[in-house]
Amino acid sequence: MSVATNVSHDPLLGRLTWNDIPMVHEPIVLWTFIAVVLGGLVVFAGITKFKLWGPLWKNWICSIDHKNIGIMYMILGLVMFLRGFADAIMMRGQQALAAGESMGYLPPHHYDQIFTAHGVIMIFFVAMPFVTGLMNYLVPLQIGARDVAFPFLNNFSFWMTTSGAVLVMASLFVGEFSTLGWLALSGLGEYHPGVGLDYYIWALQIAGVGTTLSGINLIVTIIKMRAPGMNLMKMPIFTWTSLCTNALIVASFPILTAVLVLMTLDRYVGTNFFTNELGGNPMLYVNLIWIWGHPEVYILILPAFGVFSEIVATFSRKRLFGYTSMVYATVCITILSWLVWLHHFFTMGSGASVNSFFGITTMIISIPTGAKIFNWLFTMYRGRIKFTVPMLWTVGFMLTFTIGGMTGVLLAVPPADFVLHNSLFLIAHFHNVIIGGVVFAVFAGINYWYPKAFGYRLDEFWGKASFWFWFVGFWVAFSPLYVLGLMGVTRRVNHYEDTSLQIWFIIAAFGAVLIALGIACFFIQLFVSYLKRDQLRDVTGDCWNGRTLEWATSSPPPQYNFAFTPAVHDSDAWWDMKKHGFKRKLDGFVEIHMPKNTGAGFVISMIALVFGFAMIWHMWWLAGLSFAGIVLASIIHTFNYKRDYYIPATQVAATEEERTQLLARHV
Amino acid sequence: MSAQHNHAAHGHDDHHGHDDGPHSTFSGYMIGFFLSIILTAIPFAVVMGDVFENRTTTVVVIAFFAVVQIIVHMIYFLHMNGKVEGGWTLMSTIFTIVFVAVTLAGTLWVMYHMNTNMMPGHNHSPTVVNPQQPAGEGHTNH
Amino acid sequence: MSNHNTLAGAPGALNRDYFLKEEPHVENGTALGFWLYLMSDCLIFAALFATYGALGRNYAGGAGGAELFDLSLVAINTALLLFSSITFGFAMLAKQKGSVKGTVVWLIITGLFGAGFLGVELYEFHHLIHVGAGPQSSAAMSAFFALVGTHGLHVTFGLVWLVVLLLQIGKHGLTRENNRRLMCLSMFWHFLDVVWIGVFSFVYLIGVL
Repeated sequence: MSVATNVSHDPLLGRLTWNDIPMVHEPIVLWTFIAVVLGGLVVFAGITKFKLWGPLWKNWICSIDHKNIGIMYMILGLVMFLRGFADAIMMRGQQALAAGESMGYLPPHHYDQIFTAHGVIMIFFVAMPFVTGLMNYLVPLQIGARDVAFPFLNNFSFWMTTSGAVLVMASLFVGEFSTLGWLALSGLGEYHPGVGLDYYIWALQIAGVGTTLSGINLIVTIIKMRAPGMNLMKMPIFTWTSLCTNALIVASFPILTAVLVLMTLDRYVGTNFFTNELGGNPMLYVNLIWIWGHPEVYILILPAFGVFSEIVATFSRKRLFGYTSMVYATVCITILSWLVWLHHFFTMGSGASVNSFFGITTMIISIPTGAKIFNWLFTMYRGRIKFTVPMLWTVGFMLTFTIGGMTGVLLAVPPADFVLHNSLFLIAHFHNVIIGGVVFAVFAGINYWYPKAFGYRLDEFWGKASFWFWFVGFWVAFSPLYVLGLMGVTRRVNHYEDTSLQIWFIIAAFGAVLIALGIACFFIQLFVSYLKRDQLRDVTGDCWNGRTLEWATSSPPPQYNFAFTPAVHDSDAWWDMKKHGFKRKLDGFVEIHMPKNTGAGFVISMIALVFGFAMIWHMWWLAGLSFAGIVLASIIHTFNYKRDYYIPATQVAATEEERTQLLARHV
Repeated sequence: MSAQHNHAAHGHDDHHGHDDGPHSTFSGYMIGFFLSIILTAIPFAVVMGDVFENRTTTVVVIAFFAVVQIIVHMIYFLHMNGKVEGGWTLMSTIFTIVFVAVTLAGTLWVMYHMNTNMMPGHNHSPTVVNPQQPAGEGHTNH
Repeated sequence: MSNHNTLAGAPGALNRDYFLKEEPHVENGTALGFWLYLMSDCLIFAALFATYGALGRNYAGGAGGAELFDLSLVAINTALLLFSSITFGFAMLAKQKGSVKGTVVWLIITGLFGAGFLGVELYEFHHLIHVGAGPQSSAAMSAFFALVGTHGLHVTFGLVWLVVLLLQIGKHGLTRENNRRLMCLSMFWHFLDVVWIGVFSFVYLIGVL
């Protein structure tokens, strides 16, 4: 049946018992728990001491301001990144040690959870929040709007994502996590009755709701809320990539939702979708989940492409080369990403005709991406290039991602893939494109837009140090994996017999240490920049001499973004305004219609968190209660018709006057 | 100041038809309703009355009437046309239809091949080179 | 796309003005946003239809569609849903005329048809489980219950929404916000009928062949 029969079932606590608190018999987890508790206490104490609970609730937890939500997404991504990277370091350590006689320090069951958590966290709770955070923060500013189309939904989406993250973190201390890889490919139905897979399912389902709603939100924002004069082909390229990304999100996440529901039904109800008997077909799971899985990686990379397009243009002091072809390439990639998914399971046995079709489509999809690389290069050509930290990351991306992309085209050849599928070559490939693409873009974007969000630049020295450690570290960490993969080493092994392979794993571990130093430099950069913020202050709002509308606001922007909605005449709207001697309007302020903060999103999401936990531990009474709570809380929220207010014109005038003073002091 | 407030408040309230969606008509609903009845009755009659001997013909007929009725619903009940919402509802619908078609066709095509090659009892693949090695060992990914 | 601006005068009146003097009227995005949500729902159903397509003949030796599906019951259900669609249409016409009473009456009738649909469906599910063709009995029946059940769940949520909206119309009348919500529910309701066309055609009618 669907649940193991020898697990306890208490009417109150479901299948939760004291044995499920692993700290008692696993020292690593125990010390992590102690560190987390101590760290948490410090944070709590600090917030209490500085009387920040009130502002925290009012201005951040309840905030429907896209800028605050964007920043919160970035913080979530950073926190989860530390956990995901800790998993990575542990894996590198284990693999560097566990050759031949030595079994390393991580038993297989623990190791399996680590590589699963690493993948799940990095994709769903690091990369997605980072990308969503950037889009949330920037898109309304870039299109000259005051917020997104559905500000409450935006807040709700963030807290749902966070609930999912909390569930994953909770699995570390209560129960265990899934051991089946980031897509749970072998976690089918009744064969893995423990709680780990359930943590996985509910974390993803809850976060998935947030992501899908966020997708709808941003599409409507871009379609409906552009400033007058900004037709589609005058939008900033980052906004274009956001539009396509969110279209992919809205189209593909429902498939993930459906597949996870089917797997959940197999586990909880005993249906036969993916079982081995009564007509089930496990291969169907693989097929359906990759129909989601491939668009997902494009969801991650398209915003990264947008980030780099903006940065390259700004720091080459030139309009982006081939704007139209960039747009068409992005749209092509969006559509083509739906036609390649089988390349993730060439070896599952669909045969030559099917494999050939998908192999060819996979190769075709590399073409628009190549076109983009050429456009970036041509933008740089004959530009007056400034090698700021964002530009360093961009050049690093162009080198790293291109090579990673080429290994992808290699893997797209089905016969080659039959040798390399699920080998370390594959691992090296996707880390090559995800780190070289997404992670580099996040650091580039943070360095580039941090001054906009916080009013001061990040320290350049530590930024460059971070980049170089990351760049060199990445190649030292992953080149050995290409070699190992070609030699036949498979993924997800926690021990291997052939000690001649060990040197490669040791080099890779050293690379991971370099990356760790890069991460350390980044946090030092944040800290040092905060200390030196007065020296690094930017009062103009446009410290890079930017080209797009977000640079027209103060740094940080006021709550309402623009005192007067911009009228757009050309692409690179802000550059156009500066070129034509635009003068800030200093009077005639009108009152501004704004949405109100609300705690409803947070409340519903926390109830959803309880629901997820209850389902995992089979506490049916709690699950039923919390589900009713979600429905009830949502209905109650719909009875709230007073969701907006007006910022009086006098307040707008005062804020703008402050900015005028600031600008005068700078000149 | 207050005059401006009223103006702004009024400015948000005075758009009637524009914000409230496409205009429905009684005749529109009636046409859609009667068409739907006919388009439902025919496939039911075809199946319940065993009209065609050939199963494939029946399937094609059912599918045809389903597609037509869906279009009828889209036009008469959901007021879908190229002008509503600046054409974006139509655009997103077309995108969705494409993705749905790819998902359905792709899954059916892939699963048919997977079942043929990989399910136990189907090992008569002509691509087997070495007759001692059965083609399908159930190599699922892990 | 639409270039609306609130400055009076010819298109050239903007004349290199880089800001609007008045707050622009931003079109409300609820209808488009809800439509996009419906599109995402289409993809959930696509996955479920694909699953049904792949597994729908795997009855694991049990009874197949021809024995299990009662087409007259399906015809009744289809009629109930179709009638509920048209009565919702009448509710929207009443709303257009500004008639609270008319809207409420037609919505209640719609709700009754919807509840009837669910009742018949639950009866059918009960019967299937009773004869041993429940969701656990085979992959085909799992796929059937998932697909038809998900549609039924959507109808259920629609009915809950309908009741809540009736309360809100009763409380506030046909305000702009309530009209927007009615429009969304209307889209939702018709969309469910569209999905049902797929269900009765590809699951029931083809299933008995």
